[in-house]
Amino acid sequence: MVLSAIDMGALAERLAMDEVKGRSPWTDARIRFMRNKAAVAGMFLLIIVSAFAFFGEMFAVSTYDYIDFSRSGDVLHLGRPSLASGNYFGLDDQGRDLFARTAQGTRISIIVGLVGASISVIVGTLYGAVSGYVGGRTDQIMMRIVDILLAIPFMFVIILLLVMFGRSLSMLFLGIGLLSWLSMARIVRGQTLTLKNREFIQAAQAAGVRGFTIILRHIVPNLLGIVAVYATLLVPEMILTESFISFLGLGVQAPLTSLGDLISQGAKNMRYGTIWQLLFPLAFFMVTMFAFFFVGDGLRDALDPKDR
Amino acid sequence: MTRPLLKVEDLRVTFHIRREGDMPWTKPRELHAVGGVNFELMPGETLGIVGESGCGKSTLARAIIQMVPASGKAVWEDGVDLLSLSPHQMLKYRSDIQMVFQDPLASLNPRMTVGQIISEPLVTHHPGLSKDEVKLRVKAMMDKVGLLPNQINRYPHEFSGGQCQRIGIARALIVEPKLLICDEPVSALDVSIQAQVINLLMKLQRELGLAMIFIAHDLSVVKHISDRVMVLYLGRTMEVATSGDLYSSPQHPYTQALLSAVPIPDPAAERAKHMIPLEGDLPSPLRPPSGCVFRTRCPRAEARCAADAPRLNPGDHQVACHFPGPLAETVKAMEEV
Repeated sequence: MVLSAIDMGALAERLAMDEVKGRSPWTDARIRFMRNKAAVAGMFLLIIVSAFAFFGEMFAVSTYDYIDFSRSGDVLHLGRPSLASGNYFGLDDQGRDLFARTAQGTRISIIVGLVGASISVIVGTLYGAVSGYVGGRTDQIMMRIVDILLAIPFMFVIILLLVMFGRSLSMLFLGIGLLSWLSMARIVRGQTLTLKNREFIQAAQAAGVRGFTIILRHIVPNLLGIVAVYATLLVPEMILTESFISFLGLGVQAPLTSLGDLISQGAKNMRYGTIWQLLFPLAFFMVTMFAFFFVGDGLRDALDPKDR
Repeated sequence: MTRPLLKVEDLRVTFHIRREGDMPWTKPRELHAVGGVNFELMPGETLGIVGESGCGKSTLARAIIQMVPASGKAVWEDGVDLLSLSPHQMLKYRSDIQMVFQDPLASLNPRMTVGQIISEPLVTHHPGLSKDEVKLRVKAMMDKVGLLPNQINRYPHEFSGGQCQRIGIARALIVEPKLLICDEPVSALDVSIQAQVINLLMKLQRELGLAMIFIAHDLSVVKHISDRVMVLYLGRTMEVATSGDLYSSPQHPYTQALLSAVPIPDPAAERAKHMIPLEGDLPSPLRPPSGCVFRTRCPRAEARCAADAPRLNPGDHQVACHFPGPLAETVKAMEEV
């Protein structure tokens, strides 16, 4: 092709123009999310709760495992929540500072929720995307494995694991992680099946892009919306599961604690009149749950505007 | 005579269909989407493929680039049969054959910027290129297809349908292919935009010396862009001729029926022309008619048509019909019925 000098000059000029910044679908979603007041409030609450969970202990009078023997005999009268003594949330039944313990328990609960959700996001997304994209017999086998695992009573397995291998945080993560990705894998597979036949996937195939690259570059980014929504809704579910296990007395090992454990202790001691032992952990638990649900709802509305 | 760029011989695509509730051991039914198509494509030539929906146009195109399994031969200019290659061996040829898709927006990943979309084939086939080099080439290609190069960081949803199709064309051309397969590239666009995109394709074809396979169901668009036109019906070739020949003197009754359905933008001429209405529906490709597949709807069908399938006669104007003839004869045959 022969270009005249003028053409070349004009071309060079057009090539040198400042690049316009595009508005990505993510930017659009962020704007929609920010307009949703409940979701923003939820996120704000989550930040506060997390700050409390990770830095709250610095402001406590004692560590979460220090037992104040001088007052542990009469917690009902000596261990009331008070600003003067520094025990803002009072003492627990053994004379430990409840403020420090609530902070520590919230931390464990949030970590359990986040770890469970991340395992489910990473494993579930990849498993589901591969299964859906490859299709055929591979898909059948991979999904039947998921079906089989889902058929196993999940709480029973976790309890067995904790009883057999002892109560430890890593065992709890393992138990929750083992099962949390199953439903995620199913959701992702379904979405992948609808994406797989879109023309941009065919275009990538026609261009000769490798299968795994297509999954990572074209399928997963287009799934992230639904995955993000599901993951935020999964976090409270994980926290609930952990709380239930702790409520049964099989959660984390004392003196470590979690919200479920604290609530269980508080509920047990309610009849002695130390109601604060129940109320404070319960309040944090509820706030965290609601905040996660609001954020999840907001994300769903923001990322999937068609569904409204 | 130069060697053809692509020589397709007896290309067949058969899908195996399993019905809901079939037992695992029942034999799947066979659906012949494309049943033995032959054609040659010269370098720089445009072959138009027309036919009704579901006649196997797109499947034929996808079979050539191994996106659906096919049997037969598709010999590239260097003598290699593309259909016999493993996916890994095929990789080398993928940059020579690129494709433009029907739905402009759906063929672009909504989460990628235009720059990322256009550069994808380039980066795949030339992994050694530096980022600046890639960007420069993308911008030059955007300029060539009539997009402003400074829009490189925008996302597909910020463009109109016509612009999206230009992005699709830029993506196909960035690896400098020898053959461009256009699968109904304009049927999703407005008429005025269609003209722009068609003219762009023709301009680029001249500049780059591309061969094109142009699939469409809009006959006037195909006439405008193609050197030769192939008419498909139920996965079989009915007629192949140069564009001028086919439109001025169609020999196959099916082609004549197709052409008579094209509206003429002149009311007087429109009223005067002979319509050849086809009766009945397209037969199911699961149970194609015996002999000539068109016989169930053909005004000229006779006993022989059910018995044996007509072959394409050799020559420049190829027709697969036992009783080919000009339009007047078909009209007469219809009036007799």
